[in-house]
Parts: sequence; C-alpha cells; structure tokens
Amino acid sequence: MQQTRAVEIGTGLFVFLGFAALLFLSTQTTNLEAYIGKNAYTVTAHFNNVGGLKPRSPVSMSGVTIGRIEKIEFDPEQLNAMVTMNINSKYNQIPEDSDASILTAGLLGGQYIGLVPGGSDRYLENGDEIQLTQSAVVLENLISKYLFSQGSQGSDDSDESEEPRESNASREPEELQEPDEMQESREAQEPQGSEEPK
Amino acid sequence: MFGFHRKASHAQAAPESENIVEIRGLWYSRGSKRIFEDVDIDIRRGDVTAIMGPSGTGKTTLLRLITGQLVPDRGTIVVDGKDISRLSRRQLYELRKDMGMLFQNGALLTDLNVFENVAFPLREHTDLPERLIRHIVLIKLHAVGLRGAWSLMPAELSGGMARRVALARAMAMDPSMLIYDEPFGGLDPISMGVIVRLVRRMNDALGISSIVVSHDVDEISAVADRSYLISDGHVAGYGTPTELEQNRNDVVRQFMTGMADGPVPFHYPGPDYSEQLLTRAGR
Amino acid sequence: MKDLLSDAWFTAREFLQTFGASQLFLLRLLMLTPRALLRPGLIVQQVYATGAMSLVIIMVSGLFVGMVLGLQGVDTLSRFGSEEAVGTFAGLSLIKELGPVVTALLFAGRAGTALASEIGLMRATDQLSGMEMMAVDPIKRIVVPRFIGGVISMPLLASVFTAVGLFGAYCVAVIVMGVDKGEFWSQMQPNVDLVRDVLNGTLKSFVFGVAASMLAVFEGYNAIPTAEGVGRATTRTVVITSIVVLVLDFMITAFTL
Repeated sequence: MQQTRAVEIGTGLFVFLGFAALLFLSTQTTNLEAYIGKNAYTVTAHFNNVGGLKPRSPVSMSGVTIGRIEKIEFDPEQLNAMVTMNINSKYNQIPEDSDASILTAGLLGGQYIGLVPGGSDRYLENGDEIQLTQSAVVLENLISKYLFSQGSQGSDDSDESEEPRESNASREPEELQEPDEMQESREAQEPQGSEEPK
Repeated sequence: MFGFHRKASHAQAAPESENIVEIRGLWYSRGSKRIFEDVDIDIRRGDVTAIMGPSGTGKTTLLRLITGQLVPDRGTIVVDGKDISRLSRRQLYELRKDMGMLFQNGALLTDLNVFENVAFPLREHTDLPERLIRHIVLIKLHAVGLRGAWSLMPAELSGGMARRVALARAMAMDPSMLIYDEPFGGLDPISMGVIVRLVRRMNDALGISSIVVSHDVDEISAVADRSYLISDGHVAGYGTPTELEQNRNDVVRQFMTGMADGPVPFHYPGPDYSEQLLTRAGR
Repeated sequence: MKDLLSDAWFTAREFLQTFGASQLFLLRLLMLTPRALLRPGLIVQQVYATGAMSLVIIMVSGLFVGMVLGLQGVDTLSRFGSEEAVGTFAGLSLIKELGPVVTALLFAGRAGTALASEIGLMRATDQLSGMEMMAVDPIKRIVVPRFIGGVISMPLLASVFTAVGLFGAYCVAVIVMGVDKGEFWSQMQPNVDLVRDVLNGTLKSFVFGVAASMLAVFEGYNAIPTAEGVGRATTRTVVITSIVVLVLDFMITAFTL
C-alpha cells in the first residue's frame, strides 16, 4: 500500500507539473488576450492595398497594442480590401475621425495598423468604419518611384500613378511616416537626390 | 483411500460425458514440420492423465491446442462438451475460467507479490469484497504450504516455491480441470516430491481432472492414473503405468527404460559419419 | 542481380507486413481504450512509470537544450543587431519543434525501451500466456494501460521540456549574455501564437505520444520470446520510433504551416 501511495503522489506531482508548464506556455509566451474576444469591439476599415498585413497582426496607437486584426477580405462592391479589427473595449474613447494606416515594424518586421487619433467628440463604436485610411507602402513602388523621380527631377506625372493614397481620405497623409523617413534617410546619404515627391 | 474419492466424483459427473477432453483425428503442423498426425486422445473426468514423450514431440503444443491458444489444422478437440475451435473468443475465455494451467516456470507476474498473484484472477473476474478475496487467497496459499510467503516477490522464490504459488493461483477460481506443463522439470528431489503429492492431492480432494505433461517417468508413474506416450506425431502407447511398463512397443520400451538409442535415434539425422570426416572443412 | 531483386522484394514485403500489422495493432489498442479508461488505477501506474520516471532526464535535457539555444540565438542574432529577438527565437524553436521532437526521442530511449523490454520479458517468461490462460486478455490488461499512460505522459513531458528549456534560454540570454529581461519576453509574446504555435506543438507531441507508445508496446508484444529477441525488440523500438517521429514531424509541420 505504501508503494501505491508513492506512485499516486509521484503521478499527481508529474501531471500537475505538466499542466503547470502548459499553462505557463500558453499564458506567458503568447499574448493570450488576443483570444479573449469578449471585451472587445469590432471596427472595419477599407484599404486600397493591405500589403503584407495578416490576420492577428496588431492594431496599435502611439505604439501601444490596443487590438488585433480579425480578418482581411476583398470587398466586391468597393473593389478594395476590407479589414476587420478587434479593439479591446478598455480603449473605448477613440475619436471616430481617427486615421488608420498600415505600417511596418522596423525594416524587416511585420506590418501592423497604426491609429492616429482625430479630434472628434464622438468615439468609435462596435461596427463603425474608420473613414480615413492610408494603404500599405509597397517597397517596389517606392523604389521605382525614387529611381524615377531621380531621373525626371520631380516631374508631376510620377506622383499620381505611384502614390499610395486613399480615394476617400480627406486629409493630407501627414502620417506617412515610414516612407518619409526612408526617403529622408536616403536623401541624407545621397545629397544629390532631388526634392521629395509630394 | 484415494480411489473412494475419485469414485465419488465420478458418480457426480455421471450424467456428463465420461471424458472431459476428447481429441479426434488431430493434425497439426508448424511451418513445414508436422507435429501431430491423426492423434486421438481421451482425458477421463476425475483422473490424473499424463502425457509423456521425448523432448520436442509437441507436448506443450498439445496443451496449447487443448486450451485453444492454437487452432488445429484438422480434427476436433472437445473440452467439457464444447468444440474448442468453434468457440468465440468470449466463450473460449469463459471456458478457460474453468481451467487452471501451470506453466513450466510458473509464469508469475513479476511486478506483483505472491498474494497479489494469487488474487489476480479473482480481482480480474469477480467483484468479491476485499475480505473475501483475502480469505480465498490465504486458503489457497495454505493448501500449497506458502501462506507465510504471501508478501514475497516472485524473484525471491525458489523454482519449486514459484511453481507452488502458480498452482495456488491456478486453483484460485476453483477450476474443474488443472493442466500442468512440465511441473517436475528442474526441481530438487524434495520440491519434486512436494509437487507430486500436491498434484495428486488437489485432484482427489477437489474432485477435478488433471492433465500432466512430463517426461519424468518415475514421478508420472507415482501420480498418474493413465498415461499417453506420444512420439513422432503419433500416440505410441496408452494405459496405466503398469500397463505401459509391460508394453512391448519399441518406442515405449525405449522411453520407459531410458535407453539412449532405439526407435528414437541418438544421432540427429546427418550425412554419413566417415564421409563427413573426410570432407574438407567438415562440410 | 536476380538475388538482389528478390532480396529487395522480400524486404519490401516484410516492411509492408510489419507496417500493416502495427496499424492493425494500433486500431485494436484504440478500440480497447474506452474500456481501459474505466480502470484508472492501472493507467495511473503507467503514467508514473513512463511519465514521472522520465521527468529528470526530460528536465535536464530541456535545460541544456534551452541554454544552448540562448547562446546560439544571441550569437547569431547579434550579427543582425537584434539580440532581443532571442526570446522569439528560443520560444518558437522550443514550442514548435524541439520540445515535441526531442521529448519524443528521449521518451523512446527512456520509456519506450522500458515498455518494450518489460512486455517482451513478460512474453518470454510466459506471463502473457499465463494471463490468457486465466481468461485475462493481456492486451487489455497489460498493453492498453501502458499505451494510454504513454499517450498521456508525452504532451505533459513535452510541455515540461519546453518550459524548462525557456528557463534555460532565459538564464543564458538575460543573466549571462545581458539581453534585456523585458525585451526577452515582450519580443516573444506578440510572435508566439496560442493556436498556431503552442497548440500545434502540443498536438505534435500528442501524435508522437501515440506513435512512440504504440511502437514500444507493439515491439514488446511481438518480441521473439528469448533474451536475444527482447534485446532486438528494445533496439528496434528506439530506431523505429526515432525515424517515425522525425518523419511525422515533417509531415505535421508541412501540413499545418
């Protein structure tokens, strides 16, 4: 009987340890809150180009992750991509005229959606759509644009065709940080590079 | 004295067939080797029946056929009125609960102690309360004289003790037939005497039937009512020990007297001796 | 030439036969599993024998594998100037691949051999036949509880391995190599997905558990009942399990990516 008890204690300890390890792995190494969908609300946004954005990519505001991309699908009516995102209901005071842009984390990092708050008194609610959006920057377009602009010294026609700009965006895309920075850094290295294409 | 007991049990079993096992026209071969050719054997109810034969004649195989672990190529084996090869797995298991078998080395479960080994069939097949199981196990262990050894592990037992524990275990379910596979092999004379006496006593006291497979002629003569001598796939001789001793058949005589050469050759079949010696490299 | 062909044919047939037999054996085990679950006492014993007894080797191996990952991760990633990503590197490697696979290989060596030799010896000493003669199905009584015990143990062992491995990687990367403590975890957390990585790894180790336990009891049950036969069954268990685990790993990875 003594032996049986030792076996039972040993087994209990082992199973406990195993489940504790599993619990540790699923809570500490992942971000679990993305799966706790209860206290989140859904917001949609349309983009001309989502680039490398994937479901479960983060949605961040001032660098703080406030939600996750739920799904990305093609909208056959507007003929562009519709992105559905879940935002933690803790952050329920986001002005409805906030601006959403698809950004890249670092030079090689994954893409995410960055929200920049607007000035409206009304806040985004479940099912709302973010009107002001900024598409992903496609690196190839950017490079070809840069080379092109270098060749033709800022002729106007390069602008219209290549600039990834939303048709329904009413504001100037000031938040186009990434490409701007990239351009600037290249210009800094090559001072002969001409003026910024706008 | 024993005879009386046996008759009593015989009388009880009268309405049933006189033979607990009937083998008719048994053929069995393993691979290309033919082990049994047209063998008929009857095991009488209430008797101790011995099955003898030189090593390698398939005595153990015969036991496995009787217990349904092997299926004959041809012929029927009827045990307690049931054709073994026609039984479903469940029916076969049901029948086996009524048989106890003692393996050559006891086949005790090495991870259980003596008590748990004897209790094993009870725990597997019955829902008896722990106290009753304890009683039954101690009774069976007492019968083989090992009640005091209940807490030992099988590795701590001598060969003879292990076989006695196995006997207690085989009897745990109160079977009506006990089968012994080489119960005397490799034992010292005292242990052998103990086992011989136990075989006889169990058979008579419990009114069961026993089948003993062995090649120890003297022990068998002391214990068996009837013996079958199997050699080369056939039944070479049959009868009570005295009848067998007077048998004129060459094989039977060679076996009973232990002569080295005879119908069962001393030499394994091979090429001519002088020829092989003269061939190079002995090939 | 003709000999070679017939040899190859013979080997192929032998292989197919063993493969088919093992699949049928697995089917039989699975069919008997529900009823075996009614006797948890037997299974607890086997979880102890296969799981709890393997804990030490699993934890020590996990610790060192994790520590090596920490060293290699920092060394490699520092060439790209992103040492902080060592958390992601170690986490994903351990959770998705090394945890399940190395645990399965260690399991084959520690628990698989024990299972195969135990059952093989039971066959060699007539214990299995003895049980059959007592009208007890040895597959039900001996083999299935061991199989279930192994299947339960494997994912738990793999989790322990991974957790201990992460601890090892953390110790080396953060304490020894000076990677920022917060970065280690914060880089890992957004990149490790509960379903795609953690659950996938657990699923892998579950499949490995089924394969490794089945192969061990299969080899043991079908061992030739001699000392040599049991030894061969033990060796075969390790060799076959290792190959099967690695092949399965590739298949599952390719299938779920």
